[in-house]
Amino acid sequence: MRITIATGLTFIAAQACAETLTVYAPDYFASEWGPGPAIAEAFEAETGHTLEYVTGDVLPRLRLEGENTQADVVIGLNTDTAQPARETGLFAPHNVDLSGLTLPVDWTDETFLPFNWGHTAFVYDRTRLQDVPASFADLLDAPDDLRIVVQDPRSSVSGLALGLWMNAVFGDEADEAWAALSDNIVTVTAGWSESYGMFTEGEADMVLSYTTSPAYHIIAEEDDTKAAAIFPEGHYVMVETAAQLAGTDQPELAQAFMDFVLSPEFQSIIPTGNWSFPAKQAGELPAGFEKLALPETALVYTPEEAEALRDDVVEAFQTGLRR
Amino acid sequence: MGQAVAAALIAALILPLIAVAWRAEGWAALPARDWGALWFTLWQAAVSAALSVLFAVPVARALARRHFVGRGVVILLLGAPFILPTLVAVLGLIAVFGRSGWLGALDLPLYGPQGVILAHVFFNMPLAVRLILQGWLSLPGERLRLAASLGFTAKDTFRLLEWPMLRAIAPGVFLVIFLICTMSFAIALALGGGPRSTTVELAIYQAFRFDFDLGRASALAAIQLAIGALAALLTFRLALPSGFGAGLDRTVRRWDSGGWLRWQDWVAILAACGFLLMPMAAVLADGVLAVLSLPSSVWWAALRSLAIAMTAAFATAALALPMALAVARGRDWVEVAGALTLTASPLVLGVGLYLILLPVANPVALALPVTAGVNVMLALPFALRALIPAAQDVTGDHGRLAASLGLSGWTWLRLVGLPRMRRPLGYAMGLTAALSAGDLGVIALFARPGDATLPLAMYQLMGSYRLEEAKAAALILVVLALGLFWVFERGGRHADAR
Repeated sequence: MRITIATGLTFIAAQACAETLTVYAPDYFASEWGPGPAIAEAFEAETGHTLEYVTGDVLPRLRLEGENTQADVVIGLNTDTAQPARETGLFAPHNVDLSGLTLPVDWTDETFLPFNWGHTAFVYDRTRLQDVPASFADLLDAPDDLRIVVQDPRSSVSGLALGLWMNAVFGDEADEAWAALSDNIVTVTAGWSESYGMFTEGEADMVLSYTTSPAYHIIAEEDDTKAAAIFPEGHYVMVETAAQLAGTDQPELAQAFMDFVLSPEFQSIIPTGNWSFPAKQAGELPAGFEKLALPETALVYTPEEAEALRDDVVEAFQTGLRR
Repeated sequence: MGQAVAAALIAALILPLIAVAWRAEGWAALPARDWGALWFTLWQAAVSAALSVLFAVPVARALARRHFVGRGVVILLLGAPFILPTLVAVLGLIAVFGRSGWLGALDLPLYGPQGVILAHVFFNMPLAVRLILQGWLSLPGERLRLAASLGFTAKDTFRLLEWPMLRAIAPGVFLVIFLICTMSFAIALALGGGPRSTTVELAIYQAFRFDFDLGRASALAAIQLAIGALAALLTFRLALPSGFGAGLDRTVRRWDSGGWLRWQDWVAILAACGFLLMPMAAVLADGVLAVLSLPSSVWWAALRSLAIAMTAAFATAALALPMALAVARGRDWVEVAGALTLTASPLVLGVGLYLILLPVANPVALALPVTAGVNVMLALPFALRALIPAAQDVTGDHGRLAASLGLSGWTWLRLVGLPRMRRPLGYAMGLTAALSAGDLGVIALFARPGDATLPLAMYQLMGSYRLEEAKAAALILVVLALGLFWVFERGGRHADAR
């Protein structure tokens, strides 16, 4: 009897201390089919506190709410949209040791903590495409019957990444590169899902996606026919980050989450949960990842550079494709 | 009462817009590209709407003239494309007209303005068919009988009976579809082939999401509303009352349908079935096998969508009925208010509501009720389109008699109004339910993962490489929406049995 009461009291005590951390996350991250649920579970097991996601467009929402935001932590902002986020002044430093990161680029940002990354790439189906372009320049010169589908840099982060990628490769001639590509572009979609769906349905030979996309088909579908075309000019890297809010009313808990981000428990969920590379890889990647073709050169802009280039990149896309 | 609802509706449209504009940090002139987007938006919408109505007329006439086994099912299925999630519709059109599609050998140029128009006709012709069919079914049987006894040819019937009916109904249908097409965003981009096919809604999305330029977003949203108001005012000038006078209020079989007319009707019906059903079948067939492997969360999402749909259907009926009666009694501005909700940018509406709710409540906790509320607003124009002609007939045909008998209020509604408006009311509720079940709406803007509706779950599946399961979810969605539609319509059709 006494034991029962004691256990009961401990249980109540544990309940009383358990706090809830509110994390703003993109929809794909927190959905049942993203890495979010497993990460929440691991966090709860590690700290005894619960984690609740609020989904939607993270940055616009934060800007709408300003200081009154309910968020303790946000996750899923990538490098290309980090600068406007920083300029809101809502964020606090992450205070996490950055040694041992396995990113293909140097990372010294004190606010935005990377948790995963992937290269932007054109993915194709081996059974449908034999003459795979060997370089970005080859892709521009490809015959018109090579059909690709891409995302709009005005409405999608991957589309913006393509714009920055072309800027990194072609510089001032990016708009001419877009014009050269326009014969091959079947269409431009608002988001990644439409593009990838069109590719899967056979409407295009190549789709703008990530070097890690084939891993999903290899591991989850046991389908080896999808691959990423590797270009020697280099591939633009997309890094996703987490950051804590300065105005959080539970700073210890928010910090506990930030400390958790680079832990092996969190990082091991990324490869097959998010179908991308962990920012701090511990041990081997799951079987199947070794089959991925990867570029030697990684291209990336810092958040400041990406923000400064954004208007030019969108302009190059619009003028190039309208020609 | 109807006017109060209309005033509340206008407030519900304008206040979120003001809330967004209020939060804007600066105002600047719209860039030239936005004006280009406006031009593209307008012309593609006008062409899409005109073609939708044009193609719908022979199909509606054929369905009104022919009685065949399975006619009800054909009518039900022909309504389906209108409620498809845009992503599914795009994939369906590709599966038929695309490179590796069923008609791929014809090498049709799918991408470009013609693709956008094709998709919009695919989406909206079903609505046009249904609304115009309502018009045909509302032709008083006595007139047709009289026409037959006078030896009218099909041409005479068209000129003296059907054309006046079309003149009364078609402009309103054109307007609704025109306005729907001005709001297009994902479709216009996906089939438009590139930035030349930029619409205003995409510019709003970009302004909000990437530039966080709330001034530009609300300015564009205000332009959209202005287009809606202007188009509504112009259209209602064109629409003339049909003025058949009262009949005995029963539908009758038609006589004028022999010979080559029979062939013409069958061609129209079969062509419509081919065009509208093939793309759906192409996508949804792929989903059949994956239905059983869907996780329980998708079924819960379906249940949530069902609850939203039911709530929205009844709320819409409660609002649309007094509005339609107010229009019938000469309050034209109520109709304009009803049409306006079509041009309210869902994004600005959602963001505005979020800003309004933020100081008083946690908007995230209210995600489902807000979604239902926004669905009601967005469905009202369709409900009004269906109800207004019936309300006009009822007040015109039975108004004097009812007044002389001193019938008013509930008694009037029970004995005169509802029995005569049951069919369009059933249709309006069915359409609202189906639309609400399939609408992604504002739920994507503020939701907790546990609150996903069926369309949101479908997009999540698609966003995580699971195309097969997404198609299965789309299949459930279509079955759910059509089921709702069928149930409500049946409720409405019982009126004829008596």
